[in-house]
Amino acid sequence: MTPLLQVQGIRKTYGSFVGCTDVSFDLYPGEVMGIVGESGSGKSTLLNCLAGHLPPDQGEVVFDTLADGPVDTVTMSEPERRMLSRTDWAFVHQHARDGLRMSVSAGGNIGERLMAVGDRHYGNIRERAIDWLGRVEIKEDRVDDRPSAFSGGMQQRLQIARNLVTGPRLVFMDEPTGGLDVSVQARLLDLLRGLVREMGLSAIIVTHDLAVVRLLADRLMVMKDGHVVETGLTDQVLDDPQHAYTQLLVSSVLQV
Amino acid sequence: MIELNNVSKSFTLHNQGSAVIPVMEGASLKVAVGECVGLVGASGAGKSTLMRLIYGNYLAASGQILIGDVDVAQAEPREILELRRNTLGYVSQFLRVVPRVPTLDVVAEPLLAVGEDQGVARDKAASLLAQLNIPERLWSLSPTTFSGGEQQRVNIARGFAYEYPAMLLDEPTASLDAKNRATVLGLINAAKARGAAIIGIFHDEAAREEVCDRFLDVTGFSPQVAA
Repeated sequence: MTPLLQVQGIRKTYGSFVGCTDVSFDLYPGEVMGIVGESGSGKSTLLNCLAGHLPPDQGEVVFDTLADGPVDTVTMSEPERRMLSRTDWAFVHQHARDGLRMSVSAGGNIGERLMAVGDRHYGNIRERAIDWLGRVEIKEDRVDDRPSAFSGGMQQRLQIARNLVTGPRLVFMDEPTGGLDVSVQARLLDLLRGLVREMGLSAIIVTHDLAVVRLLADRLMVMKDGHVVETGLTDQVLDDPQHAYTQLLVSSVLQV
Repeated sequence: MIELNNVSKSFTLHNQGSAVIPVMEGASLKVAVGECVGLVGASGAGKSTLMRLIYGNYLAASGQILIGDVDVAQAEPREILELRRNTLGYVSQFLRVVPRVPTLDVVAEPLLAVGEDQGVARDKAASLLAQLNIPERLWSLSPTTFSGGEQQRVNIARGFAYEYPAMLLDEPTASLDAKNRATVLGLINAAKARGAAIIGIFHDEAAREEVCDRFLDVTGFSPQVAA
């Protein structure tokens, strides 16, 4: 099986400060990988490099495209990369307002992605928008409301609908449940798990919440000071951590 | 089906003065198709540790853990995930689920994971829950609020939903009444009859005698304490 994403030696520095360095891994179709680490460990820098939002200083991010097979997205032309990020990729931001157009209706937010890949029939677009609102548990009669009238949890679900409507194969998520209260968080996790299984998505999820990765991720990567200190199966890394930092991280979790 | 060769395990506690605690040495065993082996030994002797090593939940320090032709001690995460999906089942002592997911879906999930049709998976789940005396009015609720015994039975139903060729059972009959215990033992015997290789931990002696073909004392795998 060809990996969906092959990451080789990614390095990103901000002046003399190392954001992340020497990161390599393969992600296979249908796999969900979690990246954990404390604030400033480089996990968001890495995610942005992978998703093409930041140019890495070194390294390759090879994506298995449907049309041409494996292609390095770092050296790809900007229009090609933009097309990829509208079709095969999706990016769920921590703050829903970064991923939504706040002054456009909920239906319009979902429809925009569809129009970007060539859909033009208004009836079809609206129908699919309503279908996706239902899937993320937003009532149909809210389709013409702006996201600014939605609660934080609804905005986050709308962002997910907007991202998944074009049937991406790889989803990048930056703290998708951060800032949500626990009941909304549980609902979102349940929703994400269902979508990952139904659509056979691969996903890379950055979070500092170990409970979230235990439920969502198959594999785990632990980062500290820009370096990957440990990788492995999620339950193995959490139950039998090998590296000193991971042991500290796991033993620092508060028990409810 | 399951074969362990010279497996050892130690924990290194980096944050407690890098203390190294050896917990297992030279563990070897073989379980054939259709056979049930009971692990025995005092509490703390390493029965659950051995189970977790076999499931890939703990990382073996050395040795071979073969399930079919996959060596769990060396395999990539995705190979272990595939193994857990298709070959190796594990009924732990505790149920761990996503909040808010209905009991029926929790039990059906292992079947859905191997691509079984939703209707078939739910029917199978419903029949197992009924066998284990979980009242139907609870099926649409999340098991997080159930009593200990009910959670244990949901966990067993989930473990037996898909017919794994190899199974690990950690105290499946603990905290069950006589009737449910008999049902669980029936499920284990049925699994053996269809050819599953099983390793189990049973503190309940009567249950142990009823399903196990032989016993293995894990005390022999404890590292000798240096004088």
